[in-house]
Amino acid sequence: MNKILKYVIFDIVQNKIVLLYTFFLLVLSLSIFSLENNSAKGLLSLLNIVLIIVPLICIIFSTIYIYNSAEFIELLVSQPVKRKTIWLSIFSGLSISLSLAFFVGVCIPVLIYHADTTGMMMMATGLFLTVVFVSIAMLAAGITRDKAKGIGLAILFWLYFSLIFDALVLFFLFQFQDYPLEKVMVFLSFLNPIDLARIQILLQMDISALMGYTGAVFREFFGTYTGIIISFIGLICWIIVPLLISLSIFKRKDL
Amino acid sequence: MKGVFKFSILIGLLFFVVSAKGNILEVGISKPFKKIQSAIDAAKNGDTILVEAGIYKEKNIIIQKSIVLKGINFPILDGENKYEIISIKAQYATIDGFKMQHSGRSETRDIGAIMIYDSYKVTAINNILDDTNFGIYVQNSKSCTIKNNSITAYGKNEVQSGNGISCWKSDSLIIIGNKIKGHRDGIYFEFVTNSLVWRNISTKNIRYGIHFMFSHHDTYIGNVFEENESGVAVMYTQHIRMYNNFFLNNWGDAAYGILLKDISDSDISGNYFSKNTVALHMEGCSRINLYKNTFSFNGWAVKIQASCDNNDFTKNNFSNNTFDIGTNGSLVLNTFNGNYWDKYEGYDINRDKIGDVPYHPVSMYAMIIDSNPAALMLFRSLIVTLLDKSEKILPSITPENLKDNTPVMRRLAL
Amino acid sequence: MIIIKDLIKRFGDLKALFGVSLTFSNGECVALLGPNGSGKTTLIKSILGMVVPDSGTISFNEESINGNWMYRQKIGYMPQIGHYPENMTIANIIDMMKDIRKGSHNHHDEELIKSFGLHTMLHKKMRTLSGGTTQKVSASLAFLFNPDVLILDEPTAGLDPLASEILKQKILKEKKNGKLILITSHILSELDDLITEVAYMQDGNLVFHKKIAALREETGEQRLAKAITTIMKLDPS
Repeated sequence: MNKILKYVIFDIVQNKIVLLYTFFLLVLSLSIFSLENNSAKGLLSLLNIVLIIVPLICIIFSTIYIYNSAEFIELLVSQPVKRKTIWLSIFSGLSISLSLAFFVGVCIPVLIYHADTTGMMMMATGLFLTVVFVSIAMLAAGITRDKAKGIGLAILFWLYFSLIFDALVLFFLFQFQDYPLEKVMVFLSFLNPIDLARIQILLQMDISALMGYTGAVFREFFGTYTGIIISFIGLICWIIVPLLISLSIFKRKDL
Repeated sequence: MKGVFKFSILIGLLFFVVSAKGNILEVGISKPFKKIQSAIDAAKNGDTILVEAGIYKEKNIIIQKSIVLKGINFPILDGENKYEIISIKAQYATIDGFKMQHSGRSETRDIGAIMIYDSYKVTAINNILDDTNFGIYVQNSKSCTIKNNSITAYGKNEVQSGNGISCWKSDSLIIIGNKIKGHRDGIYFEFVTNSLVWRNISTKNIRYGIHFMFSHHDTYIGNVFEENESGVAVMYTQHIRMYNNFFLNNWGDAAYGILLKDISDSDISGNYFSKNTVALHMEGCSRINLYKNTFSFNGWAVKIQASCDNNDFTKNNFSNNTFDIGTNGSLVLNTFNGNYWDKYEGYDINRDKIGDVPYHPVSMYAMIIDSNPAALMLFRSLIVTLLDKSEKILPSITPENLKDNTPVMRRLAL
Repeated sequence: MIIIKDLIKRFGDLKALFGVSLTFSNGECVALLGPNGSGKTTLIKSILGMVVPDSGTISFNEESINGNWMYRQKIGYMPQIGHYPENMTIANIIDMMKDIRKGSHNHHDEELIKSFGLHTMLHKKMRTLSGGTTQKVSASLAFLFNPDVLILDEPTAGLDPLASEILKQKILKEKKNGKLILITSHILSELDDLITEVAYMQDGNLVFHKKIAALREETGEQRLAKAITTIMKLDPS
């Protein structure tokens, strides 16, 4: 495992897009913090980057990378190496290098300008979202052999989690307006890693107070240590489940 | 020469007044009176009682004469957690410079440190109240002054604590420069009219910083209401004036910078609202002029219910609020003119410092969560951002005529 | 050595292997022949575990390869067209392969690297190499770990005659060492003097699997190509 992981990381780190991504995040974070005279507001601007840009870049880059590694995978599969090892090495390599990019690009500026619990939560959820979307990319690339279709699927996944799912929730909310939906909302948020991350960050910013009873229900659940742990277990599930599905697909895949 | 002459006349007059109006009675271990109550009993109208420092446990001290009760170096009056400390039913009485602690508390009647009943021109000044149930209580009185007192309680819940300064059915009161902390309501007015509340600081109370109802023609200037559990709530009142007050850090599920319910014909100006969940909540309000106020860093700057009419917002600053205006329903009978909104994205081609397109301060998401609070889950999500943007271009559910036609481009200097 | 039983593989609607059964023994040099699309490569990839068959079994040294990966230590594979990570140099690739197979193979057979002259261009990136050089890399890697079984998919396609000859000599040498060598090809003449057995496939079926001596005897032809054309005429099943 380690041997192959070494080559995957070696390969990705050389990749100009990852360097560009790191640089882009770094410039963005630094400029947000230095332009906003109020670092709390800077953090709020950073929220959109963590919730939208990071998943998008992670899923698309990872999908493309997996397709571009088809030769590498083919070469390895004919060697005395377990397929599981190959797949997990690619996953780990992507996760580690993209997390590293996020760490340098976002975590370091946050640590410099806003190292409180909100900042910590943003760093933690950002890192988790990075890995979650690598995992989903593995799934997208596993589902179809066709590169164009795979990238399309990856974009669709991203669109679903960042937009379509929330639109459906909104639709659902209006359909069942007359029922108490607070607890249902807590459940629904577990169905989308981006929502889960966003709610955790916002709760650290104590924005729940804005929303009266719903806010109270949310804080009661997500705000406690148990709630935070359960949320992160939710995020871990979002890493493991797509990865395992993609692994079982890969194990049966013809190369 | 002429000045000196005038001055000596003044001194003479003063001496005459003091000596003519009364004697001085002294209370203390080595003084003629050992107990305050016995000095009061011996005093005549116009007398002054000076009380030496020390601890006095006299159960309930009762004043029914026009006297000045003055403490030297803050003598301590201890209510032993059982008694009402001082009860006053008099004209022209003054309590000055005492420290009062541990008043009794009762479930059936209001008990506190300084209780003023049916009085006229009574003054409570420079007292320190610590761990008292009600601090200063004024009932059915006129023209009383409550000044520079420091009133601290350690209430844990609404039911078991009293108010800092509690006034009922009174008129022409002056409440100045008091510091109130840890009570149920910092200042409580019910049926109090023509009064002035000036430069008080009311913080960390369990319920409201100030709470009044049916208290017409009152004026509130330069007070600070900070970190009260529920902020400030005022109701059922006409003709109030609120100038230059501060409503700060009232953050919580049901906290308001100020909640106005059924307030009308009033003037609210120069106030500063910062870091409140809802800075200004209005329901059933009419004909209020709100101008030159500053709203910043609040969850909602203004929540105005459709039950409000003819209120006017002019030249206020709105900046860094999560939501500028929230409302329910589409009926808009209030006006907004010449305010500064930091979220305004319009332009000013003719350079008159007034935006050329109107500003709609109600966002679509604000409308959604008002009717559907569970939509909190989508707060700051991409879908909400997109909906808000599209709503700005093509308003559909936000009230079309809730708008500022003359938004100013630059923050107003207030 | 390698026993294949009733192997069936479909790619969607396309049936690539129709119940193929075959046995390959040590010391043989088997030519897997057949027209394009006859299922040769699918069969090879099945043996390598790169293609997962729908049904049937493959055993390697009496052990099923299903879910197993250790047996690939004993196989050297040269693909028809080698695909390698573009950013890596020849040296990177060789080192990586050595690294991956470290432990089980500590003795490396670098004869081909030298005879192909690859050692003079180790720093070149894979994407800059010509098809022929890539094939040389593939061949070198297949022989690098001195495996018991060599599977060579169209080994001489794309190689210049000189390199072809070098490879041929190498195959002969390894055959003498008692290794099983499996070669697919459709250019027959070059392999004549290497082959000991022929397996002929068509449309996913095994048409025949015969010793070369038996084949020559049956057809009376010395040249392999001729022998096969003859047998196809005799036995057009």
